[in-house]
Amino acid sequence: MITAIVNISLKAGVLDSQGKAVHHALDSLHFKNVEDVRVGKQVVLKLNTDDKEQAMSDATKMCEEILANTVIEDYEIELV
Amino acid sequence: MKVSILQFPGTNCEHDTVHAFEKLGADTEIVWHKSETIPEGTDLIVVAGGFSYGDYLRSGAIAKFSPVMKAVTEYANNGGKVLGICNGFQVLTEAGLLPGALKRNDNLHFISKHHTLKVENNDNIFLEKLNKGDVVNIPIAHHDGNYYIDEASLKDLKTNNQILLTYSDADGAIKNPNGSVDSIAGVCNISKNVFGLMPHPERAMEAILGSDDGVKMLEGFLAS
Repeated sequence: MITAIVNISLKAGVLDSQGKAVHHALDSLHFKNVEDVRVGKQVVLKLNTDDKEQAMSDATKMCEEILANTVIEDYEIELV
Repeated sequence: MKVSILQFPGTNCEHDTVHAFEKLGADTEIVWHKSETIPEGTDLIVVAGGFSYGDYLRSGAIAKFSPVMKAVTEYANNGGKVLGICNGFQVLTEAGLLPGALKRNDNLHFISKHHTLKVENNDNIFLEKLNKGDVVNIPIAHHDGNYYIDEASLKDLKTNNQILLTYSDADGAIKNPNGSVDSIAGVCNISKNVFGLMPHPERAMEAILGSDDGVKMLEGFLAS
C-alpha cells in the first residue's frame, strides 16, 4: 500500500481570493510577518500497489483527469 | 423544436428551464444523467443550473463523468446546440466543451440578485435577436462565477467573437460583481454551437417577476 498525498492550489498568477481573505485576517490578528497566503486543498489517496512508479503515474493521471482543473490549478504529488 | 434538459443529482433549475422553453412553444424532456443517449429529435440540449454532486471537489467536476456527458460531447462535436446555464456552464468548462474555468467569486460571497448584462456579440444563434450593446436584466445566483481564462486564450475569444455577455451597469459600462476576467458573464465555443453563461435567462421570463429579458435570449434558439 502506498499513500499519495496530492496538494492542489491555484496557479501562480491566478488570484487566490481565499488566500487574500486569510491574509487579511492574519494581519488583523497582528501576525505582521506574513508575506503571502495561498489556500489549497489536499487529497489523500491510499493506493493498492507497492510500485512507486505505478503509484506516481496513477496519481498523475487522476490529477489530470479529475482532481485538478489544470486551467487554473497546479498539483503536487508526494508518495509516503 | 425539442429541448432536452439534463438533470444530475443536485440540479435544481430544470423545472424553471422547462417552464421557460414551454412558454416559448418548445417541447421539453428532462434527461436523467444516467442516460447514455440524447432523446431522438433533440434540437437543443440545456445543462441546467444547480449544484450537481453538491459542488464537491469543484463545481461541475464530478458531473462531467456522468454517462450522459459522453453523449452530450458527441452531440456537440457533431454540431448539435448545447446551452449551459450557471452550474451547466461550469460543467461544460470542466468537460472541455467551453474554454476557461469558473473560480470562487472574488468577494467570497454567494451573489444572488438581478444584474444588467451587455451583449458583446450577436453573430450567433443564441443572441441574434438582440443587438450588440443591448443591455438585459437577468438574475445571477452563484458562488463560483468568477470566469478565468489565460491571456492568450482571451485574445482568441475576442478575435473569434466568442464573448457573449459581460456584466455591466444599466448603461452598458463595465460593472463586475464577481471578479471575472474582462467582466465576462458568458462565452461560446469557436464553432458557435456550445454556449455557457452564469446568469439565469430562464428566471427572467415574466415581467411581473422582475424581468422578461430572458425571452429575447432563449427565443434565438427557436428561430433557428
